[in-house]
Amino acid sequence: MAIDFHKYANPTRFLRLASAVFPWVTGAAVLLLVTGLYMGLFVAPEDYQQGETVRIMFVHVPAAWMGMSVYTMMAVSAAAGLIWKHPVADLSAKAAAPIGACFTLLALVTGALWGQPMWGTYWVWDARLTSMLILLFLYLGYMALWGSFDDHSKAARAAAILVLVGAINIPVIKFSVDWWNTLHQPASVATLDGPKIHGSILTPLLVMGAAYMMLFLSVFIIRVKAEIMDRRLQIMKISQLQE
Amino acid sequence: MMAGFLGLVRRELLLAFRQGSALTLTLAFFVIAVTLFPLGVGPELNILQRIGPGVLWVGALLSCLLTLDRMFQADFEDGSLDLLMIGRVPVELVVLAKVVSHWLTSILPLILITPLLAVSLNMPFDGIVAMEFALLLGSPALSLIGSVGAGLTVGLRRGGVLLSLMVLPLYIPVLIFGVAAVEAAIAVLPMASHLSLLAAMSLGALVVCPVAAAAALRLAVD
Amino acid sequence: MAEFNEFLEMGGYAAFVWPSYLVSAVVLTLLVVFSVRRLRRIERDLKPFEERRQARRNRTRSSRTEPLNDT
Repeated sequence: MAIDFHKYANPTRFLRLASAVFPWVTGAAVLLLVTGLYMGLFVAPEDYQQGETVRIMFVHVPAAWMGMSVYTMMAVSAAAGLIWKHPVADLSAKAAAPIGACFTLLALVTGALWGQPMWGTYWVWDARLTSMLILLFLYLGYMALWGSFDDHSKAARAAAILVLVGAINIPVIKFSVDWWNTLHQPASVATLDGPKIHGSILTPLLVMGAAYMMLFLSVFIIRVKAEIMDRRLQIMKISQLQE
Repeated sequence: MMAGFLGLVRRELLLAFRQGSALTLTLAFFVIAVTLFPLGVGPELNILQRIGPGVLWVGALLSCLLTLDRMFQADFEDGSLDLLMIGRVPVELVVLAKVVSHWLTSILPLILITPLLAVSLNMPFDGIVAMEFALLLGSPALSLIGSVGAGLTVGLRRGGVLLSLMVLPLYIPVLIFGVAAVEAAIAVLPMASHLSLLAAMSLGALVVCPVAAAAALRLAVD
Repeated sequence: MAEFNEFLEMGGYAAFVWPSYLVSAVVLTLLVVFSVRRLRRIERDLKPFEERRQARRNRTRSSRTEPLNDT
């Protein structure tokens, strides 16, 4: 396993693998998106409590899942980048950040659109919304840190340190926000919690989750490719200046 | 090694006191920022009592941020950071010395003046005592987490803005439990659990942050 | 037609359901478009460099195989 891992740290080999996988991932993303949207909009019944607004869940929940898992993935690749100095690991964290930020933003906006009919207001300082907002700030800080370095390898290592410190902090933030919320919020807020999710709702949710996952992989491959090419371009520009 | 550490702290404190202005400026900022709130929300005493703990904590967070970007910057600019990095004191301890002196010069004055401001915000006596304890236990985490941000942004243009964007989200747990401790004390509820959590955050930050900040500094002087 | 209208109305929640789908579609489309355009731009910029390097490699190879021809 470890050997395989190292093998894909080589940019050229990664590029070859990525081009082989890319059409399949993109195809799966399109297929799953169409299926998920059809199931979510036409097949799934309306919820007895939330009415038709339950359909917002099919774009909201997967976005929230992806927003959180992309940060985890960035933390893992940042650690790999720091420990084994994988060139691709550094680049992959950088490439993933804007995608994760987009998903987090979507989770926030669709959450607000669900909140207005259900809670009577667009924004509630609900624990989940608040944690997602903080997560968005973490993404923005990460991207801003990348942007403010001139030296690529320095930026990679600095960003990796920030992601790791943030990742250690995330459970603490989550815990504190949850706790803060139960203190300040009446506990009557309706959520999708608990085992009461019916299969007719759960299936489209999972399909949409898989669709977002594939979409992430597809965009991720494009962005990593762009990062690798960009590195190559910078190196060539420098070597041309030296001649 | 311990002597080196203490020497570093003494050097930092001396520098801070000789310059002087930074010390009083942070304090002035804190006082003014807190004073703006009654002017903004109106002078009703029960509203002020309701928002008092939050205002003081947010004021403390922002004032702490104000001096963070200078933590390593001056030493980086005049080259003494390079010397400190290759000296016999481990970089982690250098960071810790900086953190200790930042806490002593930028945060301790705030803690000392807080009772005065708390009275002006109509905070009851129990609340003021809780506020002091909460600040004492929680604020080391602010300096420690801030040191990572300061290390990462050392030598960057526009480092200060970036620093706040990176550090403030990480301050949220300290803010939440710091305010909660004071509110619990005002409501005559037990606050030991909040204070222990604040202490736990400071201790946790003490383990993680010097290492991370040292890694960031090695990067900067590379 | 009536059924279709009912579907569009979303049980009275049309003002919330459709915007959330629309926002998701717009943001994700923009993400894909910008990512692809960035890759295209970088590939285009890289092309002259790659070609020059290829040409140089060919030249050195040919000069190595026939080194004494032109001197």
